[in-house]
Amino acid sequence: MFHEYALQHAWLIPLLPAIAFVLIGLWLRRVPLLSAGLALAVSIAAFLLACGVGQAVIAQGITVEQPFIQRVPWVAISGLSLDMGVFIDPITAMMLVVVTLVSLMVQIYSLGYMQGDPGFGRFYAYLSLFVAAMLGLVISVNFIQLFVFWELVGLSSYLLIGYYFYKISAREAAKKAFITTRIGDFGLLLGILFLQILFGTLDFAQLGLAIPAYVQQSGTGLLTLVALLIFLGPIGKSGQFPLHVWLPDAMEGPTPVSALIHAATMVVAGVYLVARVFFLFDLLPVALQTVAWTGAITAFFAASIALTQREIKRILAYSTISQLGYMMLALGVGSVTASMFHLMTHAFFKALLFLAAGAVIHALHDQNDIFAMGGLRHKMPVTFAAMTVGVLAIAGIPPFAGFFSKDEILLAAAQASWPLYLMAVVTSGLTAFYMARLLFVVFFGPEKPDNHPHEAPLSMCIPLGVLGVLAIVGGFVPYTYHFGDWVRFGPASHSGLDWAIAGTSTALALLSIGLAWLMYGSGRVSAERLAWRFPGLYRLSYHKYYIDELYQWLNQTVVGGIGRALYWLDLYVIDGIVNGLGKLTLRLGDGLRKIQTGQVQQYGLVLFGAILLVAAWLVWIEPALMGGVLS
Amino acid sequence: MTVFPFLTAILFTPIFGMLVLACLPREAERMIKLIAAVTMSVAFGLTAYLYWAYDFARSGLQFTESIPWIPELGVSYALGVDGISLPLLFLTMLIGLAAVFASWKLDKRPKEFFMLLLILLTGVAGTFVTRDLFIFLLFYELVVIPIYIMVIIWGSTKRVSKEYAGMKLTIYLLLGSAFMLVGVLALYLNAYPPGSRTFSMEALAQAHQLGHFSEEFQIFAFLLLLLGFGSLLSMWPFHSWSPDGYAGAPTAVSMIHAGVLKKIGGYGLIRLGLLVLPLGAKFWAPVIVGLAVVNVLYAALVALVQKDLKYVIGYSSVSHMGYVLIGFAALNSVSINGAIANMFAHGVMSALFFAMIGHVYDKTHTRHIPDLGGLAHQMPRVATGFMLAGMASLGLPGLIGFIPEFTIFVGAFRAYPWQAILAILGIVFTALYILRILANVLFGPRRPEFDHCADARGLELVPLVLLGSVLVVFGIFPQLLMGMVNSGVEPMLPLLAKLHQAPSMLGGLLK
Amino acid sequence: MIGLVHYLTVGTLLFVIGLYGLLTKRNIVAVLMCIELMLNAVNINLIAFSRFITPELATGQVFSLFTITVAACEVTVGLALVFRVYHDRDTVLADRLNWLRW
Repeated sequence: MFHEYALQHAWLIPLLPAIAFVLIGLWLRRVPLLSAGLALAVSIAAFLLACGVGQAVIAQGITVEQPFIQRVPWVAISGLSLDMGVFIDPITAMMLVVVTLVSLMVQIYSLGYMQGDPGFGRFYAYLSLFVAAMLGLVISVNFIQLFVFWELVGLSSYLLIGYYFYKISAREAAKKAFITTRIGDFGLLLGILFLQILFGTLDFAQLGLAIPAYVQQSGTGLLTLVALLIFLGPIGKSGQFPLHVWLPDAMEGPTPVSALIHAATMVVAGVYLVARVFFLFDLLPVALQTVAWTGAITAFFAASIALTQREIKRILAYSTISQLGYMMLALGVGSVTASMFHLMTHAFFKALLFLAAGAVIHALHDQNDIFAMGGLRHKMPVTFAAMTVGVLAIAGIPPFAGFFSKDEILLAAAQASWPLYLMAVVTSGLTAFYMARLLFVVFFGPEKPDNHPHEAPLSMCIPLGVLGVLAIVGGFVPYTYHFGDWVRFGPASHSGLDWAIAGTSTALALLSIGLAWLMYGSGRVSAERLAWRFPGLYRLSYHKYYIDELYQWLNQTVVGGIGRALYWLDLYVIDGIVNGLGKLTLRLGDGLRKIQTGQVQQYGLVLFGAILLVAAWLVWIEPALMGGVLS
Repeated sequence: MTVFPFLTAILFTPIFGMLVLACLPREAERMIKLIAAVTMSVAFGLTAYLYWAYDFARSGLQFTESIPWIPELGVSYALGVDGISLPLLFLTMLIGLAAVFASWKLDKRPKEFFMLLLILLTGVAGTFVTRDLFIFLLFYELVVIPIYIMVIIWGSTKRVSKEYAGMKLTIYLLLGSAFMLVGVLALYLNAYPPGSRTFSMEALAQAHQLGHFSEEFQIFAFLLLLLGFGSLLSMWPFHSWSPDGYAGAPTAVSMIHAGVLKKIGGYGLIRLGLLVLPLGAKFWAPVIVGLAVVNVLYAALVALVQKDLKYVIGYSSVSHMGYVLIGFAALNSVSINGAIANMFAHGVMSALFFAMIGHVYDKTHTRHIPDLGGLAHQMPRVATGFMLAGMASLGLPGLIGFIPEFTIFVGAFRAYPWQAILAILGIVFTALYILRILANVLFGPRRPEFDHCADARGLELVPLVLLGSVLVVFGIFPQLLMGMVNSGVEPMLPLLAKLHQAPSMLGGLLK
Repeated sequence: MIGLVHYLTVGTLLFVIGLYGLLTKRNIVAVLMCIELMLNAVNINLIAFSRFITPELATGQVFSLFTITVAACEVTVGLALVFRVYHDRDTVLADRLNWLRW
């Protein structure tokens, strides 16, 4: 049976792209067709295997309570043993399918988008590395494996953001992404170390058993700290406030990369991590509260920035941050189902949006400013359709995918606390507004005379079509087939649609789209006037609340200043002492050599004086040394 | 049963090669380099065989040899390796081989250079394989002379002159060895009564169990050893030789010095400090941890503002040695495993770094970071080497640096949680300075002034391939290294367990 | 009766006179002569000790013979040096011959 084979060989899913990375990186790099061919073949194989795993989960009744686990020892020394392995449950299976599917789509899309790029082979090598790392992360059996692949995912993200390494902005963005996520990883690593010390194991299954017992015995105090430290990792990786700053800059990478890594898959690693170790968070109300509020604040905050941005990819980036905030919010209010559901639908429609944006950018020769676009709906009908589907999906208009998942999150938030719900609803209104703004500015209105757009090639249209279909049915179908029965934490719940909540959010979304039409479509309401009316708010939003400037200052002035101060200390105090000792020796020698007068008779005098002294010492002080001769 | 004396063979292969070189005319440059390469290949091959043939399960000292030399003093030519010294021996030969190829383009007095290089490698290797303290000191002093000559003849003058760098390096080495010598003599004289005195390390390690070392003596003698080995390991504040020395030294010397020579400090602390004077180690451990945290953070922050590539890596190695010191001072099996493994890991990555910097410097004649940039255009292979070394240096999993650091953290966290947290904060600063040089040197717009600079090719690739593949293979299969190290740490377990009960510095003072 | 102490007193006087000359004479030839005086003082001591303390052994006498030989050689070398120095520097005054100072 294929699904049995796929389950037993699930470790092949990350291994295949890893092998492809090595092969392409070492030998095939210079042959574009072979590189892409190998990467694609491997992606297809991984996708099929992932589907097989998904099938196996259903066929063999693997649930979150009874996962499928394989382990092999990786490091074993006295006092510490670390495993690698495979951990398959419905959440994993869903992630595997989503990641392999989106990455396959992006790789097909890149055939067209990256065509003729001098680093074509290198690009596919990096993509394969990323896919390998991400899949390895997804099937992690313990924290150490998760951390290993977590970092590798960070590396591939670094490489891909800096893909155009000759651009200063790309190189700085890559650096920023790595360092910002590193700050989060610092917390994650500390949390992992705490767990290792407390429980002597990092295995998810074992921790899942040990932690409730520990909480019963010793309370939640220390574990809350651990959970918050671990949560720092997701804050960094999933672009949560205040470590979100790297994600918009990450758009310096090629657009397919933005779609795959910085929208659909990698950035949800943080969400996935929290879901994966929900057995820890679930017991700690303070930690859950933190997750929920971080998510809600991030969602609102990023949406408010997206309102005024001008670059198409930046708008999408802030919308990604905002949607990730939604997922965190869902986790924080205790609904793994809603979070994972939104993760899945978001992967589809956000990849779609990015790829469509990529098609636009490609058509306009790397034009990124939405106000330099306009009227593209005639020349690029496929892209226009794809973008429209994506916008409707993210805005939460029924029956598109985003509607169902967002509704579940709102429902969960409403059941938890009304301030969170309120923030989530307002954010969903903002989301609909800025996405509609993007759509109207880019595709409606008059065409700009300088632009000579053309429709995307077939290799780019196919992924748009596939993802478009998924963005339409990706919410409705899982909803009818009871997604929540499989992907869940704790007992399954059949909440169903709450018509009041769904109605409110849909109405708000439609209203926002209408407002956007008035402002940017028909031009009835002037956006400039509005900006002019509230200059402070506008500037705050446009400058992203000056957080980048704050970090810049921290990095340059504070850290750099300390570094310079310490270097000064090193040069002038520590080395000063060292060199001072050297100089002292020289001076002493310089002084002492003056006693060499060259007067032989002086030397003689000193010599006899010394002999006299020794004699006197022998006679009066230590007569015993002479063996009693003198007495 | 007579066994082939592998260790003697390994030790004398470079000496033999050096003698052959001595007989060659100085004009036969190609021949000289070839012979040096062959010599080191043989030595490396033998070492790799030993690494493969070492029996993990049996652990302890293997491939032992012993010939009495000065029986009146208890000195004997005793060799042997265990899980602690074998990785370091392997590292020596690995870096030695890479260093020969990294100096392939050298054209100033190659005969003398390679002769000195081989002597240097013999000296370093000798300190790791000997079981006799006297021989240990002998080999250690053997190291100092070639280092000095090589720095002042083949070195480069930047912020400080090469003469200053060479002198600083040598004086620090000698000063360290002076403290060490006093400590060693104190051990020798106190361990056993006259007549049965010995320099054998195993016998000395027995002495404290027989109660021959009082606690006060251990505390005093350990301090001497700590000053000696600590300054060799660039423990703060005895670190300032390291950046200046590396900056002044030629590529091969930087590689060997940062890669292995420094590790004699850590090796000595474990072999002599911990095994011979356990109570002393326990007493000073809190102090070492404190200094080590300063090492990690201080050096990382200073590395952040350096303008010369070699200074960045010089300070980076100071920072990494902080991790080694923490691992040592946490005094539990996990952390000591990590400390030894981290010495190996850091050796490989810093050697690769220096090899790559050497290449860049050869081609562009500058190491000033603001003058460099966009080298990935002209030198993609060198850029790969930089990336590998850099990523290993910031502890990226999948490369060699991660597991050692992680084990150090696990061990240190158990013993000194707060200091460990501060040290772990170092990974953020490490990322900052590593990414800074990677970005500023490799990436950015193409600079036409470097268009004439060729990428590494042919034999110049050997260091990159050799060290790079070790970085990756040992990173993906860390058990290759950790299993070996663990077999060396396992015999210490009873000692460490006993030490766990012993009073620490604070406890001792309160008593 | 003349005893050991008398000999030793003569030896000491001779030695101190020699020492005084050695430290104060400016002429190097005089200095060399003073060294001879001191050596002879030592010889007297050696012989006196040999005669009075270990009369059955001739160690002291033999040793003083050695000293005389060595002294002769030393004077030869010393005078040769003085000769050369005089040729070179036109002086035999010790305080002028200070070019080995720092």
